[in-house]
Amino acid sequence: MLLSDLLTALLLFCSLPFFLAGTLGLLRFPDLYCRLHALTKADNLGLGLVVLALMIQADSWQVVIRLLLTWLLILVAGATVAHLIARKAQQDGHQPWRH
Amino acid sequence: MATLTMELTLIFDLILLFTLISMAWLLLASTDLFRAVVLFIAFGLLLSLAWVRLGAADVALAEAAIGAGITGALLLVGLGRLGSAERCRFTRVPLTFLQRLSAPLLIGIMIPSITLILVLELRLLADVAPGQQGLVNALLDISGSGHGVTAVLMNFRAWDTLLEKGVLLLALITIWSLDQARPLVHEDEISPQLTGLARLLLPIVIIVAGFVLWQGAHAPGGAFQAGALLSAGILLATLVGYTLPARRQRLSLRLLLTAGFWVFLLIAATTLLTSGYPLSYPQPLAGGLILLIELVATASIATILAAVVVGGHPPDNLSVPEDDSSASPKKRRK
Repeated sequence: MLLSDLLTALLLFCSLPFFLAGTLGLLRFPDLYCRLHALTKADNLGLGLVVLALMIQADSWQVVIRLLLTWLLILVAGATVAHLIARKAQQDGHQPWRH
Repeated sequence: MATLTMELTLIFDLILLFTLISMAWLLLASTDLFRAVVLFIAFGLLLSLAWVRLGAADVALAEAAIGAGITGALLLVGLGRLGSAERCRFTRVPLTFLQRLSAPLLIGIMIPSITLILVLELRLLADVAPGQQGLVNALLDISGSGHGVTAVLMNFRAWDTLLEKGVLLLALITIWSLDQARPLVHEDEISPQLTGLARLLLPIVIIVAGFVLWQGAHAPGGAFQAGALLSAGILLATLVGYTLPARRQRLSLRLLLTAGFWVFLLIAATTLLTSGYPLSYPQPLAGGLILLIELVATASIATILAAVVVGGHPPDNLSVPEDDSSASPKKRRK
């Protein structure tokens, strides 16, 4: 077991709570805006850790750049899509949850 | 260690398989059409993962780009056209006891028996048959392509690919004969954030599509995947309000839509006249001809797929020079 493998495993384990929290939030949060928040925030960080873990295992720097680019693109796309969904929901008159 | 890895991948495959089947069931049983479409897109993405697990990267790329991406967009646009009243047309009616029993009974008998038959049959197979892989690899040198799948698609079975292009074109002609295109978005509804994303993504999409096309010569990739990517770019541009200039919506657009088919057909006719067989390329020219066909096909596939999603032929009243509301596919300035 190499040090890089250990580091990869550690990063992958660190990413798990983020995905778990995001999924829990998606299932349990009271309204659409909260659920969007949970999903995009948690997944972005979790995915970042997964990408970092995979970058350690990459064979060449081209693969590293491709992985990094994938993560950045998903960050941008995720943020924009969350914004679009929230905007449409607001236009349709979805009221934010108040307890 | 090796057996552990094998068991882990087996567990992953089984989970994937189970998720695919249950998701297919959920989407078929869904009474909410929007939910069904979203499930269909998710199903397509998981299916492309299954293709990756089977080692068919070409099919995985096509499934993700066309099956999940473009078809998903097509279904969503169609759903938008239906209006909210039609969406929930299917209401659940209370079932009788026997009706309630029939589905589980059917599944309970069907799935175990099919599984049993498959397991019994698979045990008889000593090994997975390699198919025509050996033959393709032996002939790869004369095919004009370094990648087996591209060699089959563009050379050995090029006739099928030619007809596929024809089918795509026929589908578009049918859609165009039904209705006039309606705008996908209204000018005042466009989010500045989406415009920003489009400005950022469009150059990247073009570069990646070119890369995927070029890579098709020696690795998974090719005209269909590149075309699907490019059409996603065109749709994104359409969604932020770009349109094709009115004077380009007549002949230029139609030429671009059909070019992939007729260039292919022209090469087929020429080779038929020179060598007696359609699409048997002269060996030194094979690589160049395949590249030419793929380049033109990519442009045509991209425009056709985007035009299919936009739906309907370009508006007839094209005399207005600044016709911003028309939602015809936007061709990238080349």
